[in-house]
Amino acid sequence: MAVTTSGTAVLTLPTDEQILITREFDAPKHLVYRAMTTPELVKRWWHANRGEVTVCEIDPRVGGKWRYVAVAHDGMEVGFHGEYRELVPDERIVTTEVYEGLPEGVTEEQGSTLNTATFTEADGRTTLTLLIQASSKASRDAIIDSGMEAGLQDALDLLEQVAVSLD
Amino acid sequence: MARAATTADAFNAVAEPRRRQILDVLAGGERPVNDLVRQLRLAQPQVSKHLRVLREVGAVDVREEGRQRLYRLNGEALKPIHDWVKNYERLWSDRFDQLDLVLDELKQQEEEGDGSDD
Repeated sequence: MAVTTSGTAVLTLPTDEQILITREFDAPKHLVYRAMTTPELVKRWWHANRGEVTVCEIDPRVGGKWRYVAVAHDGMEVGFHGEYRELVPDERIVTTEVYEGLPEGVTEEQGSTLNTATFTEADGRTTLTLLIQASSKASRDAIIDSGMEAGLQDALDLLEQVAVSLD
Repeated sequence: MARAATTADAFNAVAEPRRRQILDVLAGGERPVNDLVRQLRLAQPQVSKHLRVLREVGAVDVREEGRQRLYRLNGEALKPIHDWVKNYERLWSDRFDQLDLVLDELKQQEEEGDGSDD
């Protein structure tokens, strides 16, 4: 059986408007790139084990659009879409990203981020860096808050399991 | 759940880049004010002002030693920030754990010589 655990994602906040995520994979970069640009493959990992990816559309060319929708185990649906700005096969993907549930009064422009994924390979292993550039600190913080909600949901799910086991 | 925006919480205290620099320096150990003034190349009143904000939220502690005031980091006060970021980090960790599985399969396909097409 292949060893699958290559490490955990490391998140840092380089500036007030940025989120930087770094992760190493035990695979060459052309495979990581393929897994991030092929709908059938994205569907298999983007759900983060919290539900199911129900929509995954990718048009991998500059100006091409993408859209992902996931339904969590509790039925909550989240959608994201964006447009590719730059695609260098096996090297770099630059795309905009907009959350489809932006609060009222927040325009797509304000709420969208510019995401740059960079792939570097050494000894058959790939380091992926994902830089998420928001338009303001408030919108950067809102993205991190969304993780808080996901985390909270995990906690509630666990609580439910515990509660059921006590029954 | 969105956090409340108050003026006196740790989130706000570390929103200021200079204050983050102070915390970075203090992460290396306890320091007198003069050290901070030198390392940050800021005027003492400014450093003192930032230190006051950090003290108010408990991010730094101070003690007197002779004529010096020594400042040190209080990691516990910064834990809410760590926790805040942790959840979003975990979302990506969980995604990438799934991606590992996909990559293993792609590698295997390549080794078997039938993985050149999607």
